[in-house]
Amino acid sequence: MQSHLLTILILLPVIGAGTTVIYSLTPGARESHLRWIALAFTTLSFLVSLLLIQGAGGGLAAFRFAENYSWITAIGARYHLGVDGISLWLVLLTTLLMPIAILSSWTAIAQRQLTYFVLMLLLESAMIGVFVSLDLLLFYLFFEASLVPMFFLIGVWGGERRIYAAVKFFIYTAVGSLLMLVGIIALYFIHQTATGIGTFDYVVLTETLRTNVMAISPRAEFWLFLAFALAFCIKVPLWPLHTWLPDAHTEAPTAGSVILAGVLLKMGTYGLLRFNFGLFPNASRQFAPLMITLAVIGIIYGALVAMVQPDVKRLVAYSSVSHMGFVVLGLFSFTEQGMQGALYQMLSHGVSTGALFLFVGMIYERRHTRMISDFGGLARPMPWFSALFVIASLSSIGLPFLNGFVGEFLIMLGSWTSSAVQHAWIVTMLAGTGVIWAAVYMLWMLQRVVFGTKTSEANAKLSDLNLREFALVLPLMVLMLFMGVYPGPFLSRTRASIEATRRFLVNPRPAGAPDVAKGPRDNQSR
Amino acid sequence: MQTNLLSLIIFAPLAGALINWLIGRRVRNERFIGVVACASVGVSTIVALYLTLRSDGALRATQPVMDHLWTWVQVGAFRADFGLAMDRLSGIYALFVTFVGFLIHVFATGYMHGDRGYYRFFAYLNLFMFAMLTLVLADNLLLMFVGWEGVGLCSYLLIGFYLDKEEAAPAAKKAFIANRVGDWGFVLGILLLFWLTSHAGKPSISFFDKTGVTSALATVASLPMDGFTWHAIFAGGLTSVAILLFIGATGKSAQIPLFVWLPDAMAGPTPVSALIHAATMVTAGVYMVVRCSAIFTHAPFAMFIVAIIGAATALFAATIGLAQNDIKKVLAYSTISQLGYMFMACGVGAFVAAIFHVMMHAFFKAQLFLGSGSVIHGMHHEQDMRRMGGLRKYMPVTWLTMCAGWLAICGIPIWAGFFSKDEILWKTWSAGSPGIPPGLNKALWFIGAVTALLTAIYMTRLMVMTFWGGERFRAEHVEHVDEHDHGHLAHTPHESPLSMTIPLIVLALLSTVGGLVGVPYALSSLTGGHPENYFERTLQPVVSEVPGQSAGSGEATTLHWLSPPPQPVDGKPAVTVVKADHGETIPSAEEISQERIFTLISVLIALTGISIGWFMFKNQPLRRLPRLLENRYYVDEIYDATIIRPILVISREGLWKVFDIGVIDGLLHSLGRTVVNFGQTLRYMQIGFVRVYAAIILAGAIVIIGYFAYNGVHVLQFLTR
Repeated sequence: MQSHLLTILILLPVIGAGTTVIYSLTPGARESHLRWIALAFTTLSFLVSLLLIQGAGGGLAAFRFAENYSWITAIGARYHLGVDGISLWLVLLTTLLMPIAILSSWTAIAQRQLTYFVLMLLLESAMIGVFVSLDLLLFYLFFEASLVPMFFLIGVWGGERRIYAAVKFFIYTAVGSLLMLVGIIALYFIHQTATGIGTFDYVVLTETLRTNVMAISPRAEFWLFLAFALAFCIKVPLWPLHTWLPDAHTEAPTAGSVILAGVLLKMGTYGLLRFNFGLFPNASRQFAPLMITLAVIGIIYGALVAMVQPDVKRLVAYSSVSHMGFVVLGLFSFTEQGMQGALYQMLSHGVSTGALFLFVGMIYERRHTRMISDFGGLARPMPWFSALFVIASLSSIGLPFLNGFVGEFLIMLGSWTSSAVQHAWIVTMLAGTGVIWAAVYMLWMLQRVVFGTKTSEANAKLSDLNLREFALVLPLMVLMLFMGVYPGPFLSRTRASIEATRRFLVNPRPAGAPDVAKGPRDNQSR
Repeated sequence: MQTNLLSLIIFAPLAGALINWLIGRRVRNERFIGVVACASVGVSTIVALYLTLRSDGALRATQPVMDHLWTWVQVGAFRADFGLAMDRLSGIYALFVTFVGFLIHVFATGYMHGDRGYYRFFAYLNLFMFAMLTLVLADNLLLMFVGWEGVGLCSYLLIGFYLDKEEAAPAAKKAFIANRVGDWGFVLGILLLFWLTSHAGKPSISFFDKTGVTSALATVASLPMDGFTWHAIFAGGLTSVAILLFIGATGKSAQIPLFVWLPDAMAGPTPVSALIHAATMVTAGVYMVVRCSAIFTHAPFAMFIVAIIGAATALFAATIGLAQNDIKKVLAYSTISQLGYMFMACGVGAFVAAIFHVMMHAFFKAQLFLGSGSVIHGMHHEQDMRRMGGLRKYMPVTWLTMCAGWLAICGIPIWAGFFSKDEILWKTWSAGSPGIPPGLNKALWFIGAVTALLTAIYMTRLMVMTFWGGERFRAEHVEHVDEHDHGHLAHTPHESPLSMTIPLIVLALLSTVGGLVGVPYALSSLTGGHPENYFERTLQPVVSEVPGQSAGSGEATTLHWLSPPPQPVDGKPAVTVVKADHGETIPSAEEISQERIFTLISVLIALTGISIGWFMFKNQPLRRLPRLLENRYYVDEIYDATIIRPILVISREGLWKVFDIGVIDGLLHSLGRTVVNFGQTLRYMQIGFVRVYAAIILAGAIVIIGYFAYNGVHVLQFLTR
């Protein structure tokens, strides 16, 4: 099936960016119209991306909507796109969050609107590119390309310490991804040595690995895994590589935080799942105990530090460290439940943390402060805000029937039954405390911000949500409930791809090959 | 049997909640809101009555009434449905939850009159009913957990309902977090149960057999029993499951060590205290333990722990209850204490007695709480018993009905609590299960008896301080006249309106005669006639029996887990027809006489307690009690100093300020500086090998980054100038 849907999806925002620039050059252009153009293009992207759902699921693990052209012939780089169960919902998450992010900048962004919206649109294009690229070089290009707009978004439209935060963000992530580039190139040469043809094509690479045409020596695999994992773990961020995150999230403008938390962090876990698991299965198993340990530390550490933050936004930012720790834990459990749960948790974290940042942005716009101690008793003047904010917080806490629970429960189920580490139950018990801590920090924050009697004059006069703000959060709210009550449609479409990845991971040899007994528990799920 | 009516029981209150939340907030008409709220629960009540009591209803059938709605989560072998099931246990539970819930809703329409958040209150209250009934009717552990957390959420929202009350928000948070600690155990228990059933080849967390799912409890029942040793707790077997689930129960049902949230929860409106924190939600832990009795009976050490924790909580809370002055706090500690009783019963294997007490407790404690609500209402939101006294003159209905609740909780014959408490004490004394070492049952009985004595004392104190003696509200009130806009005379206590007194009367009646559904053989045989314990007979088949429980009959006990043979419950079998093979045995003659003696002892204890309370407090209602008790053994302070403070300090000073900002960032900052210097030297490297191109690219990139780090700052500063 040759379809250009993915290319269209990547290009749509770029065209939108172009349109914005052209419009601003026309005489009589008004700056206030730019946001409408951006909104139109991002909404269109979302609608177009919905087409991806068709034909998904049904036990099909293959890449769909594939496009495969030669790109840089000299080095064998290809323009290879495709979407499977793993990337499908992440693309949709991106296209869904984008119009919301644009809408959240409606009044918050007053200066340099042209640059702002152009950057946002370019960012979207890069993010979609990351999730659908099946050529390592192309992936790398998009991965890096997403960095630049975000760097400027934080650095230009951010808060007080924006420059520090932006530079920190850039260096952290760039260092990681450069190592990955080294790994990509090494992989290219390894493939060349084995087959005589150098390639960056992920599908080709995995195929040659599966069929044993190409073998990566354990030593090389070890280092390659590290090179890729470092890039991704910084992005996730996995403890102790997380310190860029609180600064970046806090200083970024609301839309930036939403996209950062909602999509950019997922690039890390997506990368681990797609590339580390797909290309280096043996090393993945080897590293699992370390990764799981770091993930569990991150879960607890992130939650504890979130608890003591005086700044609401920073609190939400640290909570991401904790939640993303769950994702890594689920991925490296190498069980069907754990990995499905991890993917689900990625989506659900994007939705609920995205919503939380929106809410924080709303009160920041009203009061120009994010300090918890400046708020209190918002439930009286802002009942709708409070109600929805509480729901979003509860979803982040993992209340059953809201989205957060399904993912976290599946992850814990997976990690309990996992044989990737010894004493998996201890790991699960420790990770499980993260759910307690989540309640502590979120509810304590709610108590001091939303409830309580202490309310200053300024708080008492705040206006409740306006129509635009309702429109912003409503889709996310609906999604929270839907994902919590009826996760079936999501899980059924991710199952086949996850299972294919997992089977390869626990047993990289082709079917029929000897020595399968050593693979970590493959028997529990059937 | 499959019927969609079952889902009506849970969805009617949900619909009520939505209507009140969305429409009620606009209408702002108390009558509309009240009717919607009560009617929706009324629908549940009627459907529950219909489904349980009709000829092939849940209480008579041997198979549960099922209603499968959709498969909620299914990944790999794990499957959790949104499916409901009503068997005898959940049938009885649903019955009294909906009925008591309905009465409390009616009461609340009067109690909450004039409150700004009227619609919000009833929306939450209906939502609570939805969650509670989901918990009760869930056909698997995970859906039960949904209800479990759902009731916790509603409890959270309702405790924090009064936005103007300083202590409400912290109390709400505390309740949720304490429950969360328990829920941690619950979730892990589910995981471990799934793991164990997977290893047994039948992965499941379902309570019942369904298409494609085997009952996890049946699977558990086929496993060998764990040994009685503390090692079993950590062995990852059934004892571990039981302990983990019980941790969940200690949170929800306010047992040691997680009980601290319940007294604070009294910051919520009184109908909430009656419904959630006395009659229904807090007993969910007991329900869960009884529902999972198959697991517990296979884990003797867990049973031992349950019994010990239950007994300890019963006694501990009763002593605190003695010295409290807030009328609701007394009742709160009393609830904790009574819940302890129920767990003690579970621990000795008397699951039916536990449920019996749950139901009786729902009647009389709801009555007492609503009565206290009526008092608080009549006293214009005064809760301190030191400023009450002599109210029986002003509030005769409240007084009389509360007397019924009082006699019931003290255990005076024919009142509800007498039968249930007596049964627990008797079953404890005669317990002989693997989880109860010889002698322990006697010790537990003694603790139970002392608790019963204390219960009678503090309840009598409550009644005396509130309804008898001098009218202390007048003298006290003078100082406060200026603070309130209504004058002195307006503050005379008054009887509550009909909407409040009618539920009081109904509950008082239930507290008086409700116990007759479970009259033990030893007593009913005194009067001849129809000597059958209906309650036990109905429930016994659906709970697991502890091996050796009915040792008194001398015959080998047949273990039957969840598949009782059909039995003529509705017929009127003669005594001799009662067959041993479905769990009910006729006690031997000496057992009967012993049970009668113990009944007599219970009555004497209750009467002694009442007399002590009466003579101690009748003339000296303000008598000082030990400060240690008044300050609740300083448990909150101890938790604060040993757990909460240290964690906060470590997180703030240690993890965040020292580690995050100091160590990690500090390291990075110094690294950044060296990288830039290092980059300078890299330039001189001349390497001609293709293989290390990668390294050069890396090095070059680092230089670029270093450059960028320096200059990016200037670019940004330029852009933002």
